[in-house]
Amino acid sequence: MKLLFQLNGKPRQVDCEAQETLAEVLRNTLNLNGTKISCEVQVCGACTVLVDGAPVSACTYLAYEARGKTVTTIEGLEKADGTLHPLQQAFIDEFAFQCGFCTPGMIMSAKALLDENPKPTRDEIIHHMDGNICRCTGYVPIVAAIQRAAETMSKESKK
Amino acid sequence: MSSEKKTDFHVVNHSIPRRDGRVKVTGRAQYVADLKLIGMAYAKVLRSPYAHAKIISIDKSRAEAHPGVYCVVTGYDLDGLNPYFGHAVKDHPLLAIEKVRYAGEPVAAVVAVDERTAFEALEFIDVKYQELKGVFTPEEAMAKDAPLLHERKFEAGALRGFEGDVTAGKGTNICQTHKIQWGDVEKAFKEAAAVVEGNYYFPMTYAYAMEPYVAVADVTDQGVNIYSSAQHPFMVRHDVKSIFNLPVSKVRLIVPFVGGGYGSKSYTKVEPLTAACSWKAKRPVKLQLTVEEAMLTTRSDDAYTWMRTAADTNGKIIARQAKIFMNTGAYAENSPLVVEKSTNRCVGPYAIPNVLIENCSLYTNTVPASSYRGFGCAQVTLPGESQIDELAAKIGKDPYEFRLANAAKPGEEFFPGMRPFDGTLKQDLETAAKAVGWGTPLAKGHGRTVACSGSDAGAYPLTSTAVRVHADGSVTIMTGSTELGQGSHTVLPQIAAEALGVPFENVNVVSSDTAITPYDRSTGASRTTTLMGSAVLEASEEAIQQMVVMAADVLKVKVEEIQKVRGGIRCGEIQLNWSQVISKFYALPDGEVIGRSYIRKSGKFAALPVFWEAAATGVEISVDEETGKITMEKLATVGDVGLAINPALAEGQDIGAATMGMGIGLFEELVYQGSQLMNGSILDYRLPRFSDLPKKVELHLVQNQDGVGPYGAKGGGEASLNSMAANIANAVDRAVGVRIRQAPLTPERVWRALRDKKSKMEDRG
Repeated sequence: MKLLFQLNGKPRQVDCEAQETLAEVLRNTLNLNGTKISCEVQVCGACTVLVDGAPVSACTYLAYEARGKTVTTIEGLEKADGTLHPLQQAFIDEFAFQCGFCTPGMIMSAKALLDENPKPTRDEIIHHMDGNICRCTGYVPIVAAIQRAAETMSKESKK
Repeated sequence: MSSEKKTDFHVVNHSIPRRDGRVKVTGRAQYVADLKLIGMAYAKVLRSPYAHAKIISIDKSRAEAHPGVYCVVTGYDLDGLNPYFGHAVKDHPLLAIEKVRYAGEPVAAVVAVDERTAFEALEFIDVKYQELKGVFTPEEAMAKDAPLLHERKFEAGALRGFEGDVTAGKGTNICQTHKIQWGDVEKAFKEAAAVVEGNYYFPMTYAYAMEPYVAVADVTDQGVNIYSSAQHPFMVRHDVKSIFNLPVSKVRLIVPFVGGGYGSKSYTKVEPLTAACSWKAKRPVKLQLTVEEAMLTTRSDDAYTWMRTAADTNGKIIARQAKIFMNTGAYAENSPLVVEKSTNRCVGPYAIPNVLIENCSLYTNTVPASSYRGFGCAQVTLPGESQIDELAAKIGKDPYEFRLANAAKPGEEFFPGMRPFDGTLKQDLETAAKAVGWGTPLAKGHGRTVACSGSDAGAYPLTSTAVRVHADGSVTIMTGSTELGQGSHTVLPQIAAEALGVPFENVNVVSSDTAITPYDRSTGASRTTTLMGSAVLEASEEAIQQMVVMAADVLKVKVEEIQKVRGGIRCGEIQLNWSQVISKFYALPDGEVIGRSYIRKSGKFAALPVFWEAAATGVEISVDEETGKITMEKLATVGDVGLAINPALAEGQDIGAATMGMGIGLFEELVYQGSQLMNGSILDYRLPRFSDLPKKVELHLVQNQDGVGPYGAKGGGEASLNSMAANIANAVDRAVGVRIRQAPLTPERVWRALRDKKSKMEDRG
């Protein structure tokens, strides 16, 4: 079947099968490998992408459900001039990843949070991010990175 | 970090942002899971439903006839290969041959046009089994009438990395035994002023690297090429070379970014099966396991430990004795080394004059156990550090003071025959104690403890590298060390940049391609900074020596007239940087100089361990007495790393390790019921999440430049895990007065212990 949707700011049309997940279409059909697959049961958050701004687990979200919607993946955050999204920069600055396998999903979940709540408290960050597992960092630097990105974004919006 | 020495380093000892930062935050970092080759087929694995059974027959005809299937590979199809592998004991068939030894063991693989087709065809394979009696615990495996898992005798693996006999395959289910002994333990316990004794259980755990095991293999007459998520590509190369009976030069392992290791990707896993699939299907094949399958591939050894420890009237530990039985699962993997390490690590970082530790690992019909971060240490640090607290309480000493009084001192040969202790535990413990507010008032229901760990780390010193200095002054490091996330792609260039006096940005790393990068035995046991770091430093210095000779040649002066300066040379008024030296030498602005280093068990690395990995952790917890739930109020880590080449990365290793240790202390445990793993899924296996984050976290480093590695560095990254379960158990005792000798300390276990204590008190009352 035909699937037409907005992907990282551009319209895309692809053929997909009824049983294909959004993660499969992104990775296998569109070669967008930034979206990682780990648990495949919607527990770990590695495959998180945004659909109409809301975080979804692409590993269990049927691709066809995204028809006519706006999908944002990790590949859609960097600007054309190479400027990183404040969250991406903050993850680098705070050493908020090690192996990096959870990182795309982690950043997408954090983006959903900051888009809705630009000044989250530590507890709000922890609550929102609880569906994303990281096995390397112990989460401490990730919380710091999200706080740092929130500050950067609030300064940018005041400019 | 007030305890840090001031240093005048240009590049090392600075928290330079990670080299792999941008690729990882933009989704551009490539893992094997992302790899596709032209013409690649996909494999899926049929696994045994039985824990122990004879394979009577396998009918694969219907599966092979399924549209889209290239071939089905079984244990009957391996003629022409040596199908058994194992670096320690060659006991592991790449697919079950004649019998299966655990529920979940690979029995057949389907190779098809895509994963879905391969998966669909699995149900058309008809396997007839005859079920056999199984054994699932060390006790069952040792019983007189216990069925044997392995009937045949084994060759010792060629690359075991330790000395001693192979115990496996000698007519029992014993996989490996190990024993250490000094002093007179019996006499010491008789004369002791106080003795504590108990039985402890450390659970089976799953490392959960978020990228499950994956390999892509292409077998042709040119050789065997494998892309893998392996931590130790050179060790895997040896197994694959033996299976295919090829020279080393015809086996190529390539490891791109790895999505987490923690020891679980040490040694050979899915590579032989993937290669056998490619060999049969005559095309490149990818085998990507699911997390559920990864949980059926490797776990940590669970350990049953009886231990007793004695002190004299002065508060000096005088003796420790332990008997450990480890559950190794169906195949040896790295468990023989885990056994050796856990035996040694019972001594803890304490100077104890009388020691007797006996350890025995048993084959059982469960998932094979192998390395897991800090291998063997966490298993015995739960009893070891628990007994330090128990003994301190018995003789009325403060457990922190008791540790200070007994911890191994810098330079002390506390473990006969081993390298003298190269850490500063007093400072480590003081820092941890201060961070958790030792001696300050504590709320009711709260408990505060510190614990330490000092383990024989660094594995085996066999490492080589090449540092290539190019004519533009930039540098390429060729390293067999794998970037697992620990930061080797950042730390190694820092060392080369420091040594060569070139900007960090101009040093690049090529890693873990056995056809290109020089040999490195492994990426584990916290060894990379110390061993590969030393190799990079030596190779950089060797390149400098060569460039000094070249400079003398171009300037037509004697070598003695050349003076080394940062980033180049000086001769009288003339100053040349490396780019100028190389360009003048070749008379073209191109070409290179190759510095080399070969590290072996010799010189400063003659004594083992390579270094003692020392660390302290401190915790404050609170216990909800209604539910038994533990809350982590505070966590402090102290990594005794000699010199942190990159302090932020070193601290990141400590908090990561401590969090894994906290998971084991609080809720992580693989549970078997009879023959079946009951919680073999991330839905059921409880991992630390954001909401488990301790309320307050402090990370500290102790940097006394006392390591054998570059600039006084030594390794870190495991030790903060080791003491966490014991720390939590000790803190629960101090908070609510119950001693739990088993991890994890789940709410149910704590609640039951509290209930038992209450009913005992009521009985007395």
